[in-house]
Amino acid sequence: MPEGTLLKVSHIDAFHGSFQALWDVSLSIKPREIVAIIGANGSGKSTLLDTISGLVHPAEGGIEFEGKNISTLDPFRIVDLGISQVPEGRRVFPDLSVMENLFIGSYNRKARSDKAQNLKKVQQLFPVLKARKTQLAKTLSGGEQQMLAIGRSLMSSPKLMLLDEMSLGLAPLIVNELYKVLREIRERGITILFVEQNVRRSLTEADRAYIMETGRIVLSGNVEELREEEKVKKAYFGD
Amino acid sequence: MTLLADLSTPIVMGILLGGLYAVIALGLSLVFGVVKEMNIAHGDLVILGSYLAYTIMTSFGVDPILSLIIGMPLFFGLGFVIQKYLLNRAFKISMDATLIIAFGISIILQNTYQLIWTPMSRGLTTSYALKSFSAGPFFFPFVYLLNFVVAIAVMICLREFLRRTYLGVAIRSAAQDMKAAHLMGINTNRVFAYTFAIGMVLAAVAGVLLGLTFPFTPTSGLPFLIIALGVVVLGGLGSIAGTLIGGIAFGLAQTLGGHFFGVAAQMLVAYTMVLVVLAVIPRGIFGR
Repeated sequence: MPEGTLLKVSHIDAFHGSFQALWDVSLSIKPREIVAIIGANGSGKSTLLDTISGLVHPAEGGIEFEGKNISTLDPFRIVDLGISQVPEGRRVFPDLSVMENLFIGSYNRKARSDKAQNLKKVQQLFPVLKARKTQLAKTLSGGEQQMLAIGRSLMSSPKLMLLDEMSLGLAPLIVNELYKVLREIRERGITILFVEQNVRRSLTEADRAYIMETGRIVLSGNVEELREEEKVKKAYFGD
Repeated sequence: MTLLADLSTPIVMGILLGGLYAVIALGLSLVFGVVKEMNIAHGDLVILGSYLAYTIMTSFGVDPILSLIIGMPLFFGLGFVIQKYLLNRAFKISMDATLIIAFGISIILQNTYQLIWTPMSRGLTTSYALKSFSAGPFFFPFVYLLNFVVAIAVMICLREFLRRTYLGVAIRSAAQDMKAAHLMGINTNRVFAYTFAIGMVLAAVAGVLLGLTFPFTPTSGLPFLIIALGVVVLGGLGSIAGTLIGGIAFGLAQTLGGHFFGVAAQMLVAYTMVLVVLAVIPRGIFGR
């Protein structure tokens, strides 16, 4: 499938215990797209990413990556296939050094042989990670930790990168910088699916977006269309 | 005789003994710190190491230290199997289940030792076990020095392994953040099995050193488990250097306690110190 779909999520339901977090969610992403998932707290965005990553298995429906069904695979198999998640809250390993965090990013078999190349790229994108390579991750600032989390994910040689609330709690200037890096990452051929609460930001940075409410996708389309959509204006721009 | 000269024997003995205690505690600390399992069978597994070396020595005349060439891989495999097929399945139910399984393993081992080796006291009596070395005017048992040297060597190896290899860094990652570890492509169940296996290798080494130093019986595991717990409390979890310091502190408390209050009180002094540390710095001297 050359210009086909990279990721195809079809009608999935997912649960946290007895609570249903996702209802009949479908989406598809083409190679080299940047796609946003927009929604309020608790709308199921993070669960959707965790389901793609294999941390949560869908009760119904399927997930295909490069035409292969991945909905029952363990998280480490999914990383092997080339899907990497930058989780909410960054979750760098606090008591590992910056270098060790990047090193463990290349844990999967395929990434190990590309380690030197990937490290060079990451340090080009984020020179601060080179300057602070021996520091423990917990001593970095929030912005630097987010850079480390993104760098660590790039070390796994991903084809698809999932980012959960990347800009949460960070200064606007740093957020601008991070989004600039995302565009560069896409230029290198990596597809990006990000989750964001900031609607304005999402509708400028992404090519397409899906809008979620209480575990369902309620709207989707190109960002140009969505910006003009009455419902979006009303709900998110206070019009 | 001056007070200092008088104290030099218990001080040197305490420090050297601390090396042995640290090796016994190391496997317990690693498994507890990473897998979050309290392996109350650890003492009995250490004694299994002593019995294995004893059997190899008495049957084939192989030196106990040399027998570790067989003992360590054997323990590694046993540890991997125990974690993968017993404990990994149990902690899907609850952490309490792993505690009960470890308790079960402990009982099974103790009774098996009774059957195979009888309740009689055994020891790894080698040619060098009774040798001593001199420091100034005093003589110290050679095995105490051996314990300490091996302890340092084992700790350096473990430290380098945890810092430089994929598996080592994966073990530390899984200990710090399970979800993030999954997202790095780490199979945490497998990493836990390896962690327990390495804990068992440490138990095999500890068993040989213990057997060279003290006589042991089928029930010797429990007192050494409790000493190991004391060492972990003193040194703090998750630090190799802390475990060594904890071991030395425990050893010193024991020998100095014995020196000042008589042999009968030596363990009382050591455990009192553990309680005081627990009350004042509950995370231990090096704890995070």
